[in-house]
Amino acid sequence: MKNKSAILFFLITGFITNVSAQNISNNLNKGEIHGSFQADCQYYFKDTAIGASVVPEYFLMNNFENFIYTNSKFSAGFRFESYQNALKGFDTRNKGIGIPYRFASYKTENVEITVGNFYEQFGSGMILRAYEDWGLGFDNSIYGIRVKSELIKGITLKGLAGNQRLYFAKGEGIVRGADGEFSLNDIFKRLSEKKTRLIFGGSFVSKYQENNDPIYYFPENVAACAGRFNVFSGKINFYGEYVYKINDPSAVNNLIYKDGNAVHSSISYSQKGLGILISAKRVDNMDFRSERSATGNDLLINYLPALTKQHIYSLASMYPYATQPTGEMGFYAQVIYTVKKNTWLGGNYGTIVNVNYSIANSIDKEKVNDTTQLNEKGTLGYKSGFFEIGNEKYFEDFNVEITHKFSKKIKTILFFANLVYNKDVIEGHSGDGTVYANTFALDLSYKLDEKNNLRMELQHLYTEQDKGNWVMGLLEYTISPKWFFAVSDGWNYGNSDSKKQTHYYMGSFGFVKNATRIAINYGRQREGIICIGGVCRNVPSMNGITMSITSNF
Amino acid sequence: MIKNKNNILTIIVVLLFSISGYSQDSTNKELPSVNIKTMDGKVFNTSLIYNDGKPIILSFWATWCKPCIKELTTIAELYSDWQKETGVKIILVSVDDSRTTYNVKPFVEGNDWSYEVFLDANSDFKRAMNVNLIPHTFVLNGKGQIVWQHTSFTEGAEIELINIIRKIIKGEPIDK
Repeated sequence: MKNKSAILFFLITGFITNVSAQNISNNLNKGEIHGSFQADCQYYFKDTAIGASVVPEYFLMNNFENFIYTNSKFSAGFRFESYQNALKGFDTRNKGIGIPYRFASYKTENVEITVGNFYEQFGSGMILRAYEDWGLGFDNSIYGIRVKSELIKGITLKGLAGNQRLYFAKGEGIVRGADGEFSLNDIFKRLSEKKTRLIFGGSFVSKYQENNDPIYYFPENVAACAGRFNVFSGKINFYGEYVYKINDPSAVNNLIYKDGNAVHSSISYSQKGLGILISAKRVDNMDFRSERSATGNDLLINYLPALTKQHIYSLASMYPYATQPTGEMGFYAQVIYTVKKNTWLGGNYGTIVNVNYSIANSIDKEKVNDTTQLNEKGTLGYKSGFFEIGNEKYFEDFNVEITHKFSKKIKTILFFANLVYNKDVIEGHSGDGTVYANTFALDLSYKLDEKNNLRMELQHLYTEQDKGNWVMGLLEYTISPKWFFAVSDGWNYGNSDSKKQTHYYMGSFGFVKNATRIAINYGRQREGIICIGGVCRNVPSMNGITMSITSNF
Repeated sequence: MIKNKNNILTIIVVLLFSISGYSQDSTNKELPSVNIKTMDGKVFNTSLIYNDGKPIILSFWATWCKPCIKELTTIAELYSDWQKETGVKIILVSVDDSRTTYNVKPFVEGNDWSYEVFLDANSDFKRAMNVNLIPHTFVLNGKGQIVWQHTSFTEGAEIELINIIRKIIKGEPIDK
């Protein structure tokens, strides 16, 4: 029924726009079609040294083509996706060919209506965020209807309803939501000239899923609400958001009936040459999905990002953190400072110092009563005081990055990170304990002439746990703006099992012309986790050739 | 793969494309109209991006993207000279999501950059501009039309960029 009304709406808007486009010759020239595409292909070799296997197909490919048509206030588009079959490490439910993303939208100055698939975020996304990340194979777009409006200046209202994308299918649960954002300086004239800006926002999101469970009585409607507050006062920014959800027994929280909540707040200070950010958050049973049985990256309604730095150097990114939605407390601090040029420390070009610290801990969980086990199925699960920090450390990271340019030709980055990584909790298994690792990296760039550049990376990771020490080297040669070549080797020389002291060599080259980029690499890829934002994907060990083409038009 | 019911919408969209396709003006692209935010929370519509008849460099980046930072640091040293010579304005669009979006302002200020910066926290503008990878840089002419674009950054690519701007100023054709 809902689908039919969506299509009907689409037909009407499409018809009106098209007719007017045909009648008014000026509009004819405004119609534009643009898009983009990407193809990632892999050919696999068997490699017993790293436990990499071939696939029966030998060759796998992920690919999409995006088309967007815009004509004045109207736009429509679709994404053709093909997985033949999905690359190793991607969910195999992405199988075959389809058009899982299609939309039509009409936008006036004050109102925007979208039918079909759309992406959306309320506040910081702690209550609702629909987005996509091709590199992770993540897409939780909502298929339904959305209306956005700003009828009164400074007041933005949004309403939506739909089902979420689940690979080539849709989730069973219906997601409904409304959000309002009030920018006081725009609403009230006497505040418009004030330097301090205030923004309030509130959201309500509810999901519906039928309950047919023979044992448990599950709430069919699960509501969540959130409030947020933003102050901008010159150099200081403050952001705070709180979200609350009623009881929502699910596969992720082991079917407990406890309500959930999360709070995130951050304050920053910025002036020329100095930036400071301090953030804190607490998450308590706040995994929110449109189906009770969903796990992994499936059907997530909200987004709980990790409050940690996303590392660039490959050995430092070996141990990435992911938010524990069932409960965590996190703290993050960062200072960026530019030492002025023509000083002793700044040299001729200035030095940039970036210091960062983050920590994530468990929250305290107490039994609800003496006869109930902690987190027991079908009970209230646990009690937790808001300010009670648990005694289990999930993650800690202290890192420093110093960027210095010695001359027109030589640039360096010096990097150090001290990491504590609770492998059991973060990767969801037991027996591995906690990894303590120190990583150093030296990044040296040498400009041969205007167009030719050489770059070298040397990295070392020291740890007594997990796979032991690693060393890595990379050499990159670029001919600007079109060509790049690189070779690298990561050597796990510290592995306690001498048979596993393997070299992960890799060679790559690529070509870029305008918006088209072709990259080919050959070599070994180590098993691990790739995390972008709050979402992670396991990458299996692999030996093979990868080719990636991306472009737009 | 997809159920029939859902296919109807797709078919309509495709049909509409084929009907309207002839009307495409392929010479220059206009900027799409998407709401993004300034670093102090103001809503800003991208169709209003303008530089008083002078060219604009529009660059998609993120605080966690190393080549982006390399590009922006390199250009930061040259920016005031470029401005004096050509009047070009550089506009950055950060696609940092809520994990790092609060870090954008301290990051930009801490690095002592003087660019105009906007936030596109859920990548709405990035999608509308068909950007797959960052860094991705667009050059807009004095009318605000997209005349050139480039993905990725390598040392020295900034020279190509300023040469494109110089061509626009002189009214010379750009080699696409």
